[in-house]
Amino acid sequence: MTAAQSPAPPVPREGRAPSRGSARSRARTSLRTAPSNWMLAPALAFFGIFALLPLAGVVVLSFFAWDGLGTPSFAGFDAWVSVFQNPVTLNAMKLTFLMTALSFVVQFPLSLLLGTFMAGHQRYREAFSVLYFLPLLFSAAATGIAFKALLDPNFGLSRAFDADFLRQDWLGSPNLAFYTLIMVISWSFVPFHSLLYQAGVRQIPKSMYEAATLDGAGRTRQFFNVTLPQLKYTIVTSSTLMLVGSLTYFDLIFILTGGGPGNATRVLPLDMYLTGFRSYQMGPASVIAVILIAVGLLLSLGLNKVSGADKMESQMEGA
Amino acid sequence: MRTRNPNVVGGLLGFAWLLVILVPIYYIVITSIRPREDYFSSNPLSIPSEFTLEPFRYVLENDFLRYFANSVFVTVVTVVAVVVSSLMASYVIVRSRTRLARFSQKLFLMGIAIPLQATIIPIYYLIVQLGLYDTLWALILPSVAFAIPITVLILTNFLRDVPKELYESMTVDGATDLQMFRRLVLPLAKPAVVTVGIYDALQVWNGFLFPLVLTQSSEMRVLPLSLWAYQGEFTTNIPAVLAAVMLSALPILVLYIAGRRQLISGLTAGFSK
Repeated sequence: MTAAQSPAPPVPREGRAPSRGSARSRARTSLRTAPSNWMLAPALAFFGIFALLPLAGVVVLSFFAWDGLGTPSFAGFDAWVSVFQNPVTLNAMKLTFLMTALSFVVQFPLSLLLGTFMAGHQRYREAFSVLYFLPLLFSAAATGIAFKALLDPNFGLSRAFDADFLRQDWLGSPNLAFYTLIMVISWSFVPFHSLLYQAGVRQIPKSMYEAATLDGAGRTRQFFNVTLPQLKYTIVTSSTLMLVGSLTYFDLIFILTGGGPGNATRVLPLDMYLTGFRSYQMGPASVIAVILIAVGLLLSLGLNKVSGADKMESQMEGA
Repeated sequence: MRTRNPNVVGGLLGFAWLLVILVPIYYIVITSIRPREDYFSSNPLSIPSEFTLEPFRYVLENDFLRYFANSVFVTVVTVVAVVVSSLMASYVIVRSRTRLARFSQKLFLMGIAIPLQATIIPIYYLIVQLGLYDTLWALILPSVAFAIPITVLILTNFLRDVPKELYESMTVDGATDLQMFRRLVLPLAKPAVVTVGIYDALQVWNGFLFPLVLTQSSEMRVLPLSLWAYQGEFTTNIPAVLAAVMLSALPILVLYIAGRRQLISGLTAGFSK
């Protein structure tokens, strides 16, 4: 197979070893039956023009001054300097880091435990799982708008129960809004990640649990000694999506708080949007975009490296 | 073992999470059928003294169907373009060993790791330069490009499992590339196409950033953006806003009821394999 995967090597002399000859003819057959390269053209064209070109463009634009309407003009490192001197953006970096870390701390254990719970075949668990899915029916815009109404200080949750701790300006208080966002984000994303874990847990061979039971391992020890190690790849996948996802998260926050009150929830993606499309400073906004892309890319490549190299192999073994 | 020793703690936690999930959803449903006058005076979680479909009528009278049609158009065109172009590319990547095929595979793999949303500023520039600003094509073209990497990954993983002999027997019959594609690759890949098609459709259907930045007029408004606009317009009519939220989730709810398994495998496409 490895021989067939490399392109047919140029063979200057004919008819050396018989084994070599058969490998060559096999390569020739598959080349003859292979589709021609033009079928790659549509995908490459779309991706090249509307993804790669903008990717290069954002780096280029970070060295330009542009108000979104006229023609961009070269500005050297001006935008870069201004971004790293702008207290709003520096604060946004801090908030983004906090949000990525905190929403991971909340979502990871919840998704893992729920996924394990949902993997059980008990009737009530299957019924619960059907309902756990419901947040996924709503787009981020829909979720944001619904929670904005629910968390309204005058007509929302604060009036539903006679409890002081619920009477809060959930989204309007600078100290609270950030944590409220993490809760809403978890409500909206934990269902997806728990589906990943449910699928992961269901792929663990039953015999492993049977063996653990025979060894006298209780539920907790089975979870830590069987379930958790077996979920290694699901954990990497889900965590990558969670971390890179909250790094670039925009929709919900834009609708729920718009970055406010003040700049209390102005995370980097929001800072990029507001700088670019509200303040019309496309140069600094592009700098923020480059930072986002670089951090996101490093994060997902780094996490992949942790387990990525052997990922394909072990998946093929399992199949 | 399990039946003799039921997991009480797990069950209780599961029930607690169920409440967390259901209260907001109950709130959306109950508010969307609450009379407008009732909204300001009653407990938001109480069952309304009378039900009304007035909020739904109000939303439908305010161009909801146009926004819905826009969303359907953008989603359908995008998904067809993504799936066809990605399947053709995947077919070459799996079957051909040319340098371009291997380069494309690496390129698309890298594309998955890049948070492409952050390229919105140059995309805006490009769309304006192409004269496509404030058209539905402004949403379709970048959406197609962004969906290609993950779609190609899922389809190549699937096509790799197809036995080589199947392709070879067709070639012996003298089929051209396109005939092979139509008569063999497309039917073979159908299950994967459905899964990845659902995944792509949900991404486009729910997308917010492209419509926000690349369109402006209400004629070009798609559903997620329309919810935001309704929220701004109907400031005193929250029941109508939440009725719009309900209506926007309806197609996915139908899909969930009709094909739960398909929807779930579509949602987790490529991530849970």
